[in-house]
Amino acid sequence: MNLNRRSLLQSSAALAALSVTGLPAHAAIDELVIAYNVNLPSWDPTVGPSAVNPTIQGLYLSVFDQFILQQPDLKPAPGLLTEWGWNEDRTKVTMTVRDGVTWHDGSPFTAEDVAWSLTRAADPATGNPINFVWSTLANIKAEGNTVTADVKQFDPTIFKWMYFLTGYVLPKAYFEKVGPEGFEAAPIGTGPYMVEKYERNAFVRLKANANYWGGKPDFDTVTIKFVTDAAARVAEVESGNSHVTLEMPYEEYDRLKGTLNGIAAPISDIGMIFLNDIEVMTDPNVRKAAVWAIDKQTIIDRLLSGYGVRIDTLQTPEYEAYDPSITVPYDEAAAIAALAASGYGPDNPVKFKIQTTKGFKPKDYEMVQAIVGLWRKIGIEAEIEVYEIAKHYELRAADQLAPAAFYNWGNSVADPTTSTGFAMFGPSPHSVWDGEDLINMIGPLWGEADEAKRIEGWKAVDRYIAENALVIPLLQYVQPILSATGVTVTPHASGALLPHLMKRA
Amino acid sequence: MQLLRAILQRLLTTAITLIGVAVIVFVVVRVVPGNPIAMMLPPGATDEDIARLTAQYGLDKTIPEQFLIWARGVLHGDFGTSITARQPVLDLVLGRLPATLELSLMALVIAVILGGIAALTGTRKRDTLTEAGIDITNGMALSIPDFLWGLLLILAFGVLVPIFHISGRVTPSLELPFTTDFYLVESLVRLRFDLWLDIVSHMFLPALALAIPLAAIIGQLLKQSLKETMHLDYVTLARTKGYGENHVILREALPNAILPTLTLVGVQFTFLIGGTVIIERLFSYEGLGNMAIDAVINRDLPLIQGIVILFAVIFTAVNLVVDLLYAVLNPRLRHG
Repeated sequence: MNLNRRSLLQSSAALAALSVTGLPAHAAIDELVIAYNVNLPSWDPTVGPSAVNPTIQGLYLSVFDQFILQQPDLKPAPGLLTEWGWNEDRTKVTMTVRDGVTWHDGSPFTAEDVAWSLTRAADPATGNPINFVWSTLANIKAEGNTVTADVKQFDPTIFKWMYFLTGYVLPKAYFEKVGPEGFEAAPIGTGPYMVEKYERNAFVRLKANANYWGGKPDFDTVTIKFVTDAAARVAEVESGNSHVTLEMPYEEYDRLKGTLNGIAAPISDIGMIFLNDIEVMTDPNVRKAAVWAIDKQTIIDRLLSGYGVRIDTLQTPEYEAYDPSITVPYDEAAAIAALAASGYGPDNPVKFKIQTTKGFKPKDYEMVQAIVGLWRKIGIEAEIEVYEIAKHYELRAADQLAPAAFYNWGNSVADPTTSTGFAMFGPSPHSVWDGEDLINMIGPLWGEADEAKRIEGWKAVDRYIAENALVIPLLQYVQPILSATGVTVTPHASGALLPHLMKRA
Repeated sequence: MQLLRAILQRLLTTAITLIGVAVIVFVVVRVVPGNPIAMMLPPGATDEDIARLTAQYGLDKTIPEQFLIWARGVLHGDFGTSITARQPVLDLVLGRLPATLELSLMALVIAVILGGIAALTGTRKRDTLTEAGIDITNGMALSIPDFLWGLLLILAFGVLVPIFHISGRVTPSLELPFTTDFYLVESLVRLRFDLWLDIVSHMFLPALALAIPLAAIIGQLLKQSLKETMHLDYVTLARTKGYGENHVILREALPNAILPTLTLVGVQFTFLIGGTVIIERLFSYEGLGNMAIDAVINRDLPLIQGIVILFAVIFTAVNLVVDLLYAVLNPRLRHG
């Protein structure tokens, strides 16, 4: 090698840059760095839009505990509440609070905190968007390590909400002392990690809670960077700047899973097409043809590299009301026959609009394109309209979606009310199907106290929906996670990426 | 006197521009589909819940009523409260502005250096293969948008030869003794070169991605101006006096040739700040642009309004400064 002044200067500059910028080396991991796919706008997990954003819950769950623990398979387990239940006539609830838990500031966690958190969640003045759920409980009292409340209106899912959106326990004394602004600036919880430093739109640095009731986490320090661009997240793990990331294109996942640890597990998030009972969608033959003409498995295999689970109802296999006997086959001939029965065919196609997002979920637009192509073959001419997700929400709440509209639906508590129930019950602001028959079927299930009867009731609803093609369930999403070889990640079926479930390999 | 009148006129038009921007952005964010209430509606929300949430965020009033309430607040320094962050909008945007300004200024410095070198070299080596090479490079730099440069730089210097950071503004584990949000400037003032280097290593790639297209524009325009100036009589006179080519270019031609470039740099700087929106997102840089995208996605109306107004203030201020600088530097304008 010829060493001259220029090459020496170049080498020195490169070495100096490498040594001073402190870039990570591929070595044993002291501080876990996670490239997360969303920003965290606010630290109060019970108020405002962040409280109902499922993607953000993983960040909250690192710092705060929910009333009831949710395990990676979505099943509940004792958490801050060790026991919970109704009395015989469903007029009272009783909850037992775990002993020996402390807040991050060292103060003891008590039943008062639970009672105050439940009362606060029910108060509409605090801005909890789900206060109507919590307000079904009243006269909430703490005595010793027991919390009791009167049931104003029986909701069979109330304890499920205790490990779902806004179901967090916050510190009464601390919150009252520092106020909402003080809490935003220095949040504390009982969770596995404590907030050490937070830079909005940039990162949060967490320290392990040595006193965590569930055991001290494996990594003492965790930095969660907010890297919203998928390509940048891939570069983060590929370069070693981050040790774990999630939600990247499946092609990138396949490319890197050989050199990095790769996990692709189904999560409680499904892709579906809402059918609005307007225009041609009031014709059952058109709906059935639209459903039967979609080859879901081929779409999953070709567009999502096989990462997806075909579904025929709004329940995934992990959900309580999942019924594998309800199937909707791909049947092009039946679809053609159904359309012909209503006078449609390739020469006289039925026309309607289908709305979709583009890039909000993996291959959303491409899937709709493929579906439109399959429809065209049998005599359905669908015009694609691309819209932003914000517009979807507004149109859906106003019941103004197009006859068909692609969407993804999350249901991390796995209860049928929060999937089929809210998506298909006419009066719900999230449903665009207003058929009286379905409303009458679903109505009694909201307050059904017999759990077995309730679940069977929802299965019957799902069967009715499938037989009458009132919605098009497509697939259950699979979440890709890439991690450095020194980290073992346990995926959570809710889709939350939880640092305290990560271990040193 | 003439200059003072011109300044007063510009200030008046600036005020009118800002009012116009305020009205337009206020109406547009409310008219385009997608409202923040629909985005936070939980499953099972009733009409009463929707009405309560709508009233809670003041969206139950007519647009003119909402505007008057907002405008009254702005006049008192209150730009409202962010729906998602639940913090005062003014605090949020002013907290992020330094990061964006530092990034933009670094990009500008890089662009001026790269563009200046290209122009001077092209002029010095005019009508040679070197000039042709510079023209081709300029063309490539211009035809590739800044976000694509960003991706290429991430791949090159973040993944293949990882010598720069590719996300954030500073290493999270570092203790920052800063009292302002101007990290780059304050680290220098405090003589904390370790922090300064860390910040620069985070900012360099996004700044370079922003700078490359601007550098090409500066290079092209300045080279063209220089080449035209080189044919003027006074430059020929300087040559006949025996001055060397470098002296002729730098001391005789450049002072006159630089004026159009200066105006362009001012105008382009405002576009450069606009360009930070995508680049900050790509590099997870905690500036105004990154915050703007989140605000739009979440339909955080007060925050969108605050950011747009701040961008408008920066744009008009930069243009004002450039005009004044041009008036001061241009002898024809300076002496009436």
